[in-house]
Amino acid sequence: MIEMKDIWKTYNNGIKAINGIDIKIDKGEFVYIVGPSGAGKSTFMRMMYREEVPTSGTIIINGKDVGKMKNKNVPKLRREIGVVFQDFKLLPKLTVYENVAFALEVIEESKASTRKRVMEVLSLVNLKNKARFLPDELSGGEQQRVSIARAIVNNPNILLTDEPTGNLDPETAWGIMDLLDQINNRGTTVIMATHNKDIVNTFRKRVIAIDGGLVTRDEARGEYGYEN
Amino acid sequence: MKIKTFGRHGKEGFKNLGRNGWMTFASISAVTVTLLLVGVCLALLLNLNAFGDQLESDVEISAFIDITAKPEQQDELKSKIENISEVESATYQSKEDGLDQLIDNLGDEGEVFESLRDENPLSDAFLVKTKDPQDVNKVAQEIEQLENVQNVEFAEDTVNKLFKVLEIARNVGLALVIGLLFTAMFLISNTIKLTIVARSHEIEIMKLVGATNWFIRWPFLIEGILIGILGALIPIGILIYGYYYLIDLIANRFPTFIIDLLPVTPFVYQLSGLLVVLGVIIGTWGSLTSMRKFLKV
Repeated sequence: MIEMKDIWKTYNNGIKAINGIDIKIDKGEFVYIVGPSGAGKSTFMRMMYREEVPTSGTIIINGKDVGKMKNKNVPKLRREIGVVFQDFKLLPKLTVYENVAFALEVIEESKASTRKRVMEVLSLVNLKNKARFLPDELSGGEQQRVSIARAIVNNPNILLTDEPTGNLDPETAWGIMDLLDQINNRGTTVIMATHNKDIVNTFRKRVIAIDGGLVTRDEARGEYGYEN
Repeated sequence: MKIKTFGRHGKEGFKNLGRNGWMTFASISAVTVTLLLVGVCLALLLNLNAFGDQLESDVEISAFIDITAKPEQQDELKSKIENISEVESATYQSKEDGLDQLIDNLGDEGEVFESLRDENPLSDAFLVKTKDPQDVNKVAQEIEQLENVQNVEFAEDTVNKLFKVLEIARNVGLALVIGLLFTAMFLISNTIKLTIVARSHEIEIMKLVGATNWFIRWPFLIEGILIGILGALIPIGILIYGYYYLIDLIANRFPTFIIDLLPVTPFVYQLSGLLVVLGVIIGTWGSLTSMRKFLKV
């Protein structure tokens, strides 16, 4: 499903972000990516949806070699991967419904199927009754749920989340974890980069620790392992 | 592309225009000024060209025949002239016809020559046309050598000077037009750059959820094209009205004006079409430039 073989990434300014990573993540797994700031977590995530291209090595996602992929095939790859960020990245002038529908609109879905699908995911993230609200009128946790809804609205089989609870208070963060768990239980692979020690140590899943651009630890039911 | 999608791009393109209202206004104004100048230059150039062509085809050599030449000698001369390879035609003109034409050409002032009817000072002549106006000089010299030719005349200097002036006018006009087009393109490209920056957040999300590159580009392309077309409207109005007015003015006030301007139709419509096409081209070009630089898709 996701396979990285001997991945290296050096940026143009000479910074070596990834220094030889081999990793395999199976379909339906839930994986935490942990490590100190600047360890290479973000680069690791960004290479999966081809925001960055590895300097050398092979990344296979859903059977396709992402590193060698032609630019025109990138949109197709991204329709198979949902991405969620710490800062939500919602469009402030669009309603909750429109923000989620936007993801389907730009891949030219029909209006009818868009409507059906958006209402489905909004009810999954428990925001059906706030469909007409603007992002500003929602709490942080609700906004993150909108962004998760947008990420999964076109049924991707991989969900990448980069610090999804980073801006949220602990209680709200747990709500997001419940939601990610639900999504994972439906068969979607969930990869979550995080600094949240409590979550990793309580909601035990596979932990991949990255430090200095290398995988320093890979445990099936791991712990956070760093002092916050 | 689905029709519905195209509708969306069009709508987004229009929205973009409003988003940077003043910048849009500035670039539409720039296109307006540019295309107006381009239009005036083009109208001048095309008329000059037509005038030049007309002049070129009008250049004739008058080969005056010796008064002593007998009719058969005249015939011989005619066939000799026609045998020169650069000559297209040689037409006989009697001295009476010559005088008529002279009087005609001079209009009102020509009447003073009416008194010459009885003792016509002109000679019979052959009016010679060359295949290529450039050969006039050479052919004239050749004819001058022939027997029974009294002398040869053609508007050598005037014609040569006119050609020179026409050429300079063409080149200056063309340089001006090209410079202006670049300026307008640059302004359009800057306006669209602003839109791209204003929408960078949206573009980022579009890329993340898998919009194709062209899906992202279309609205900006349409924005550029709209600026180009909107900028062409006022110049077209002014040119159509202005040209119509000019033709009217000349016809009513200066009926003897020596240059025949191109007729209003289809000229103004061709010119308008050309301006719209130019507007679309600089709009497209401007938006493509800014996309290449600022839209990393």
